[in-house]
Amino acid sequence: MSMTGQVHVKKGQYKIKGDFHHLEFGEPIRMADENWRLIGITNPRQLTHMHSYGGESHFFENLSKGKLMATRCDNQKCETKGSIYQPFRIHCPDCLGKNTVIDMTDIAKKTAKVHTFMVCERSGAFNLLDKPIKFINIEFDGVCTILMSYLAIGEPKMGMRVVPIFQKLDPTYTILDMAWVPEGTKEKQLPKGFSF
Amino acid sequence: MIKFSDKQLKIPKLMRPVYLVTAGQSKFDRAFPDKRTEELCIDALTQAAEMINMSPAELKSYIHTCYYGHFADHFGDQLLGEAVIHDRLGLDPLGNCGVKTGGATGGSTLWEGVKAVASGYSDCVLAMGWERMDEVPTDEGNFYISCAADKDWEGPLGHIYAGYYAVMAQKYWKVFGKEEDSFRRTLAEIAVKHHGYARMNPWAQAPMKITVEDVLNSPVVAYPLRALDCCLMSVGAACAIICDEATAVKLTKNTKNKPLRIWVTAGSHTLRPADRRDMAIPLLPNETAKQYKDLGKKFPGGERYPGFTGFLAARMAAYYAYNQVGIKDPTEDLDVVELHDAFTISDVQTYEDIGIRPYGYGRDYVESGDCYHTNPKTGKPGKLPSNLSGGLIGCMHSVGATGIMQVFEIATHIWNRWAEIHGDDKIWKKFNRQKPSDWTNLQVKGAKRALAISHAGVGSHVTATILMDPDKLIKKDA
Repeated sequence: MSMTGQVHVKKGQYKIKGDFHHLEFGEPIRMADENWRLIGITNPRQLTHMHSYGGESHFFENLSKGKLMATRCDNQKCETKGSIYQPFRIHCPDCLGKNTVIDMTDIAKKTAKVHTFMVCERSGAFNLLDKPIKFINIEFDGVCTILMSYLAIGEPKMGMRVVPIFQKLDPTYTILDMAWVPEGTKEKQLPKGFSF
Repeated sequence: MIKFSDKQLKIPKLMRPVYLVTAGQSKFDRAFPDKRTEELCIDALTQAAEMINMSPAELKSYIHTCYYGHFADHFGDQLLGEAVIHDRLGLDPLGNCGVKTGGATGGSTLWEGVKAVASGYSDCVLAMGWERMDEVPTDEGNFYISCAADKDWEGPLGHIYAGYYAVMAQKYWKVFGKEEDSFRRTLAEIAVKHHGYARMNPWAQAPMKITVEDVLNSPVVAYPLRALDCCLMSVGAACAIICDEATAVKLTKNTKNKPLRIWVTAGSHTLRPADRRDMAIPLLPNETAKQYKDLGKKFPGGERYPGFTGFLAARMAAYYAYNQVGIKDPTEDLDVVELHDAFTISDVQTYEDIGIRPYGYGRDYVESGDCYHTNPKTGKPGKLPSNLSGGLIGCMHSVGATGIMQVFEIATHIWNRWAEIHGDDKIWKKFNRQKPSDWTNLQVKGAKRALAISHAGVGSHVTATILMDPDKLIKKDA
């Protein structure tokens, strides 16, 4: 029986187990209006990549613990020192020094508001979110950038206060472990697996 | 960066004049089940040769270096596709290099070609671009395109690039459009215009005679963007031949093509709009800091630059280009433009980024009628017609070829060959497309200077290509 590919890292090396691809022949593509002559072939393919989060792993790991991590440049010699980055940036874009990882969950809970938004009716293949997807871009006091995520409950409006929620139960370890709801939303209203 | 040093703001200078000699393109369509990519590239190169009365073999004998624009390896399922095309064009053992900058790939390919000639490395360069986007159905195609967004932070959110643009559309609509129905109709008018101009272009994939209501009633993709606000997904190829002066004169002798001076500049900005930091607006020659002092008062919410309403990369490409060639005011100094209308909203944003209108007032370029071949309000020629090819909304967006198709288009105006080429019954027939009974000549009379903007992602890379009749330069030593 096949098993979906699984990976862990030991001594700096990927250790893999299971199937990372499936073998399958394609099907011929024929010209219906030219006596069904052969014109091509389908190439079915299913494979699994191994993707490293590298220095951003703190961010993704902490979502499953209900924390929103950001980074801050603390280089005294940097012109933009003190800048807080969300999305999390491993290095300062100005001095390229390594940023300090900070927990900005409280800042998010107290100051997050919608900068802009859109309601997405169509998605690309492999989308895992229910449609329509309510994209929101969130600004925070004291943070120099604007985070992209989605609103899990309610209708977005520019300037509306929102608070983060986290998928602590059965996390996916992706950006989808974080969503946002209007300020004042009750815990019992949250989607399955999510909590404040 | 949010501040720029003098070194970074240096105006580019070419070491010798560079010329566009000829260009060509394949038919553009959603799919070519009966053609390999190399066949499309050969179609483009053959047309470029025919434009200067040469056989492809004769033209090839001049080519010294090749740059190939091919953005999405995963779409075509072929790594090193450049090597395949290079071999099939019979150009081995010449040096060649692949160029990839998303939607700006075509423009960036020209950028590399111009630099190779300007430096003296080559006297004749082939810049060829293509994209193969028909190996997967459209929703898988949308997934592939969304791979050009940040894979961890944006991709999982819908895997749909239109969505990443729509947040900007929403912000622009609220701040600068003031949520007016009239502004939404102006956006729709852009789609009507571009699908309409595509009707006159035999290469174009999506000719349509539609109304503003058709656009407003088309299915929502990512609100406020609807299907007819969005660019096409295409297959096709386009190429340009770039030369030094002596080669350009030789290649165009006794032909209808006059060698055109060409310059390409480039700018960039964060792949994720999320990473954009607030900064002062870099100014173009036709702007002053004073005029933007109260932008936030006039348009509440518009004080943040570039925020989600502008494209810094386009602004920088225009800054370098205008100062390099002496353009003081694009609307006055240029005769025709092709802009990267990936979405109706990004078309409007670009009017402001490249100084056709000041920030906040982009809609006026459409509403005044200046952007039309013939101004519908006055019946006179539009002041600066845009996207007469049909653009990405009406003609094509075969990514690696797009920026080169735009240059083919603007060049045909300066060569005064637009009608001859676009009205040729043989081409309509060859492409199995019906020439409309009301086919209209869109030649911009007396066109001498033109601009094409090639744009990637949500503004990650932008190039500005300027063509000029060498007898109509603004700055003699540009």
